Amino acid sequence: MTTILKFNDIRKSFGELDVLKGIGLEVNKGDVVAILGPSGSGKTTLLRGLNFLERADSGSIVFDGVQYDAAKATKKEIRALRMKTAFVFQNYNLFANKTAVENVMEGLVTARRVRKEEAKAKALETLEKVGMLDWANHYPIQLSGGQQQRVAIARAIATDPDIIFFDEPTSALDPELTGEVLSVMKTLAQEGMTMLVVTHEMKFARQVATRTVFMENGVIVEEGPTKEVFEHPREKRTQEFINRMEMDDF
Amino acid sequence: MDNSVVSLMLDSFWKILKPGLQMTIPLTLLSFAFALVIATVTALVQEAKIPVLRQLARFYIWVIRGTPLLVQLFVVFYGLPSLGILIEPFPAAVLVFSINEGAYSAETIRAAIESVPRGQLEAGECVGMSWLQTMWRIILPQALRTAFPTLFNSLISMVKDTSLAANITVTEMFMQTQRIVARTYEPLVLYIEVGIIYLLMCTILTKVQAWGEKKLNARGYQRSAA
Repeated sequence: MTTILKFNDIRKSFGELDVLKGIGLEVNKGDVVAILGPSGSGKTTLLRGLNFLERADSGSIVFDGVQYDAAKATKKEIRALRMKTAFVFQNYNLFANKTAVENVMEGLVTARRVRKEEAKAKALETLEKVGMLDWANHYPIQLSGGQQQRVAIARAIATDPDIIFFDEPTSALDPELTGEVLSVMKTLAQEGMTMLVVTHEMKFARQVATRTVFMENGVIVEEGPTKEVFEHPREKRTQEFINRMEMDDF
Repeated sequence: MDNSVVSLMLDSFWKILKPGLQMTIPLTLLSFAFALVIATVTALVQEAKIPVLRQLARFYIWVIRGTPLLVQLFVVFYGLPSLGILIEPFPAAVLVFSINEGAYSAETIRAAIESVPRGQLEAGECVGMSWLQTMWRIILPQALRTAFPTLFNSLISMVKDTSLAANITVTEMFMQTQRIVARTYEPLVLYIEVGIIYLLMCTILTKVQAWGEKKLNARGYQRSAA
């Protein structure tokens, strides 16, 4: 197993509030890591920090063998890292002035200078994969939330990233629409895509994640193979959280 | 209306419209085009938070919005020659109108940029585009859609403001009308007539605006909800 991402002692505070109090983790190729935890535990901040959408105050990131200073990475370094990663947002963030297929092509044509025809073929291929081929020429505003998120996932995978960060990808969706998004993510996981998923979907975490991380108050409370964390948690707080969340599923 | 009024209007119509077509319209279109470029750059410089340039942009907007257009015209045309800078009337007018409108439109465009959800900028950077690429290809097109009615408003204003160029010897419609009045002593009829011609031009622009908005909406450029 090769390590694709490793970070150490990531710290971040907003004013007086310490959101991340020294977080570290190692992610192997093909891992699907579910990051669970109550709201305000720092999950999203961590994910955003790993992609430099948020600047950590300190810490180090090793991605694909290259070391980055989580606080002081240069624009050039950040761009290099982003070329090999992808991010799926809670509220999709599709480009509103572009059609579905154009949304997927953008990262290829503009950022990677792929020829237009080639990019279009690739974009249509990924749209087909997420079941959105028939909607290729629709604008985001014409799509449902679940459809928008599937296009966003197509946009993420079109550039062949080494890892995809998912920030609560189904939290903004109506319950009946989460299934279509989760099933796309499940397929990706089965194909060996490395994924870091901040989520509240306990069922998804249990079924799909190879490893589960439980965060609370800016620290990792517990981390391990999903089955272990869910069935034999070492920490009482983990147990309580899982019980509480799974209760909600009924 | 007696016949002499009608014939005076008919006689002078072409004489007034001609400088309108030759001066007023080119002056407006050129100035507005330059103004849009200045405004976009000024807005982007502020959005990018580039230290010194940002303060310069604020200073520029502050000075231009705080002084009368007529004063700006006079400073450039009558004032600068004493520094040895002589500019012909028409280019001087284009220069002043561009710089003046640039300051106002910069604020319009900046506000429109800020109305586009931030998440799209993050998404653009996450797929590997630079800040400028994302701005140019994703954010600005949406911002311009939002700014379109306000910008058109400014364009319509500018058509009329070009009459101020008469003060720096640009022979546009209004100056031409003044000349005809000086010969015929018919100020009421002629000034109303030139007013009607301005009104006609602005009416055409209003139609163009409605058509443009319809076109933009058809392309999915709606103010996005998400």
